[in-house]
Amino acid sequence: MKIHQLSMFLENKPGRLSEPCRVLAEAGINILTLSVADTQQFGILRLIVRDWEKAKEVLEASGCVVNVTEVVATEVEDRPGGLTAILDIIESAGLNIEYMYAFTFRSEDKAVIVFRFDNPDLAIAALQAKSINIIGGVELYERVKQ
Amino acid sequence: MNEFVVDNQILDREETLPRTEMEALQLVRLRETVARAMNVPFYRAIFKREGITPDSITSLDDLKRLPFTTKADMRDNYPLGLCAVQRGDLARIHGSSGTTGKPTFVGYTREDLRMWARMCARFLYAGGLRACHTVQVSFGYGLFTGGFGLHYGIEEIGASIIPASSGNTTRQIHIIRDLQPDALISTPSYALNIAEVARSMDVDPRALSLRFAHFGGEMWTEDMRHKIEAEMDLFAFNNYGLSEIIGPGISGECAARTGMHIQEDHFLVECINPDTLEPVQDFEYGELVITALTRQAMPMIRYRTRDIASLDAGPCVCGRTTRRMSRVIGRSDDMLIIRGVNVFPSQIEEALFQVEGTSPHYLIEVSRPGSLDQVTVKVEVRPEFFSDKMSEMQNLRERIDRKIQAAANIHTQVELVAPQTLERSMGKAVRVVDLRGRQG
Repeated sequence: MKIHQLSMFLENKPGRLSEPCRVLAEAGINILTLSVADTQQFGILRLIVRDWEKAKEVLEASGCVVNVTEVVATEVEDRPGGLTAILDIIESAGLNIEYMYAFTFRSEDKAVIVFRFDNPDLAIAALQAKSINIIGGVELYERVKQ
Repeated sequence: MNEFVVDNQILDREETLPRTEMEALQLVRLRETVARAMNVPFYRAIFKREGITPDSITSLDDLKRLPFTTKADMRDNYPLGLCAVQRGDLARIHGSSGTTGKPTFVGYTREDLRMWARMCARFLYAGGLRACHTVQVSFGYGLFTGGFGLHYGIEEIGASIIPASSGNTTRQIHIIRDLQPDALISTPSYALNIAEVARSMDVDPRALSLRFAHFGGEMWTEDMRHKIEAEMDLFAFNNYGLSEIIGPGISGECAARTGMHIQEDHFLVECINPDTLEPVQDFEYGELVITALTRQAMPMIRYRTRDIASLDAGPCVCGRTTRRMSRVIGRSDDMLIIRGVNVFPSQIEEALFQVEGTSPHYLIEVSRPGSLDQVTVKVEVRPEFFSDKMSEMQNLRERIDRKIQAAANIHTQVELVAPQTLERSMGKAVRVVDLRGRQG
């Protein structure tokens, strides 16, 4: 149920983001979604790709420091209040969100929210108990294809 | 309160020689040293190339013509290639710990050992030790020169020795409490450790019998002296030596404690600018270069100690005429002066090591954007301490900053940089970039 997310250290300097993107492009790897957290001095690039093992390999070969973390992707209605329902569940389960980001699919009325929890298994159990649809890797990649 | 009073008695006449007499003696002994060094293949080859013979040394100025000897030369001639005598003539072998690489060994003849004991006796005597005293030696007895060196120096004076050696601090404290020694021989940091452990045992270190101490074996500061004296209520003396030359006994403080008197009849000490290799003025800091004038087994010539200190040829109230050296404030390979504070990359490296248990690639950049020095420590991010969480990365920076501040007493800007972005050199890694000279 968990999705592998790659994160990378980036210096906060012009051109630093394009380097890993170029490496992935050359390897024929498509980025499903990404998010960047930054400070004045450095940033952390997080991205989700289908073939994360190959992506990690080519990125590391190009000199990047790459971390693999498991994140949880949930489906929400792409309408006002869609996210609130999920956040309520997370809050009442006492789970802490390290960070999150969202993306939508071209042909659907659903959005996908990617969550980083300290304990993803606990979060998945809490969400599933409330019938929230957790999207696993395979399903996510299939839906992107459509 | 401690009532330890030191008189100004002097053990040997050589400590009070008029300058001209001292220099005449040094010249004779320098020529003898060159003659002995002819028995060492390493020196013989250089002397042949440079046309150096004992007879060609006609004044102390000729010292300049002699080659430097470095730690690398000792390693190249490992283990005992720099000995000038047959193996059978060695009476003892000591060694350095090898903390900065391969260990090095040093040989002594019986005559060397007699001289060494006398040199240690001289500074101990200058620092108040008399035959009536009992001394606890808490230096390790082993390859390290501290334990045995001081031991025979104390014996030379005729004082009584408790050879406690190093370690087992609780037992050390029991011995001090039960046997009531007057003096302690140890490293300064070990003295602080004794005080701390004593307090944890509900023993007041100020109430112990110790009245004075001779510290050496590591770099320490005047602040540390005040701290030890306050915590243990004793009188602390500093002494200096290094195993490559002989061990402790090269210099030590008299009662005035305004620098360490160099035993110049046995050790010829120069102080040079480590970059230009030219001598520096009195009171100016430079690297100590030492020639052993009477060593039989290993006649060391112009050994580059890498120790930074200054010299003072002025008269001393104690009556000794020998020059004094300041305490060692650092090592020439890496000293930085930041806003007047001496900082060593090794301190910063140690702090980095403490944070992550690994030594990352780092670069210390010193600049002076305005009128104040600024230090930026660039640390390459490694997989072991990279996290996708921003909070953890910020934490890492703060932890590094705090550790450096604790270790080196300076505030730095810690900058995390991408791996492989810091320049690699082919030889020794470039750890410091000093931009201060290049800016307005």
